[in-house]
Amino acid sequence: MEIDPLIFRLSIFILSIFVGYYVVWSVTPSLHTPLMSVTNAISSVIIVGAIIAGLSGNVNSVFNISSIFGFLAIALAAINIFGGFLVTQRMLAMYKKKKKDKK
Amino acid sequence: MISANLSAIFYLVSGVLFILALRGLSSPETSRQGNFFGILGMIIAVTVTFLSTGNFSTGFVYVLIFIIVGGSIGAFIAYRIPMTAMPELVAGFHSLVGLAAVFVAISAFLNPEAFNLGYPGNIKLGSLIEMSIGAAVGAITFSGSIIAFLKLQGIMSGSPITFKGQHPLNAVILISIIVLIYLLCSTQSSNLFWILLAVSFLIGFLLIIPIGGADMPVVISMLNSYSGWAAAGIGFTLENTALIITGALVGSSGAILSYIMCKGMNRSFFNVILGGFGATDEKSSTSSKEQRPVKSGNADDAAFLMKNASSVIIVPGYGMAVAQAQHALREMVDTLKKNDIKVSYAIHPVAGRMPGHMNVLLAEANVPYDEVFELEEINNDFANADVAFVIGANDVTNPVAKTDPQSPIYGMPVLDVEKCKSVLFVKRSLSPGYAGIDNDLFYKENTLMLFADAKKMTEDITKNL
Repeated sequence: MEIDPLIFRLSIFILSIFVGYYVVWSVTPSLHTPLMSVTNAISSVIIVGAIIAGLSGNVNSVFNISSIFGFLAIALAAINIFGGFLVTQRMLAMYKKKKKDKK
Repeated sequence: MISANLSAIFYLVSGVLFILALRGLSSPETSRQGNFFGILGMIIAVTVTFLSTGNFSTGFVYVLIFIIVGGSIGAFIAYRIPMTAMPELVAGFHSLVGLAAVFVAISAFLNPEAFNLGYPGNIKLGSLIEMSIGAAVGAITFSGSIIAFLKLQGIMSGSPITFKGQHPLNAVILISIIVLIYLLCSTQSSNLFWILLAVSFLIGFLLIIPIGGADMPVVISMLNSYSGWAAAGIGFTLENTALIITGALVGSSGAILSYIMCKGMNRSFFNVILGGFGATDEKSSTSSKEQRPVKSGNADDAAFLMKNASSVIIVPGYGMAVAQAQHALREMVDTLKKNDIKVSYAIHPVAGRMPGHMNVLLAEANVPYDEVFELEEINNDFANADVAFVIGANDVTNPVAKTDPQSPIYGMPVLDVEKCKSVLFVKRSLSPGYAGIDNDLFYKENTLMLFADAKKMTEDITKNL
């Protein structure tokens, strides 16, 4: 008997929750704010769905009601991706160690 | 056009890169590299999506235009946002993820053929369930985050909004969401889909309004978690590994942060979610309303105390963020260090309005991160320190949490500030903190209250040093 592909996806999902659990516990508390902004950015990988939706129109009409929602979702996700990664970068650049000469 | 198998492998690669992005955050040294992995994962995912659709016609141009428009807005915000506004920014971003999830779900519902999910009115059952869960969670994330954003921004009052029958109402709505999903799946009616979305938006709104301002660290973490589960729901619909992995990562990340925040306040998750904290505690605070003497001083006294100290511990809180005092504070510390005084910073898990908020502000003011310590790391040092400088923190220093079982914050882990030889407490007035209770620390023998704006006081002390 064949296994439903859904079961495989469910396995990936469950195992990823465990990976996430252990990875996030090892994040140092001082970086919890960058953690939130970066998780924000990566969860916007939902843009892949938005792109498929946006490209669902045919040659004659790029815009139909479904693709319009797709395009809107692309813009929203893009705000998050660029905003999320860049603000994380900006924050992380500020974390500096004590300068040696000050000791 | 690349094969479905190949693109699935690339999606897996980008999922792994996202895991590495989070892994990088285990220390500040590796964090920048981690962020780079995240960006790389995103580029791979987007590129593969383009290649797998193989559609580079007019639609493709519009996709690029929308990416550029959204991207520019995002980049502009990222560069302009002050660090003190990070909680609002993150709440705002969560709402966008939620709304994007809703839009993708709507799009897939209206045009399932584009996603290989069947035909309108006859969508595959499994996909429809996944889609409606993703849409519902996305909608809750959206409206909840909007409320959180408005509360953090100060547009909406931070005090909890409660009304009679609130909890039963929420329970009824939550049950109706489950019923709606069931009916939607059995009838495929598009009207039910729209009702489901409307009800989900409503419950997101109702769930967050009863939660007060200082519980925002929990709320933001919780909404972070929701945005992950919404993404995962959509990932199942689209059969996309990158989305499923990411959704699970973000979902568990937000859940862990909520747990850490709740523990930092010694409250259960449900207690926070049910809300109304602060409004119910008035009775306990009135009983101890008798006037007690406090010692208050000025910048000169504070400078004198600190000049004669050999070690100072700084305890920052949300008030420092409000007063934008982090830079002034760093200047004061620089002057102290020039006088060979040892300075360290003590940060309570729930200081500020989001996890790690204080750390970012101090980093912004060029405070080296190895001078900043978490509660467990530094709590024993207070007994050996000469001066504790409390700036903008309140409840997290209240010794009542250790001594008075009647107190609403009893059992909450607090910083042992009172063990210091002397305590300098910068505060605008004697008003109680968010929990609505008096801070015993104000009336201790060794406490000197400095009544002023945090920034101004810090600057004045620096002048007097």
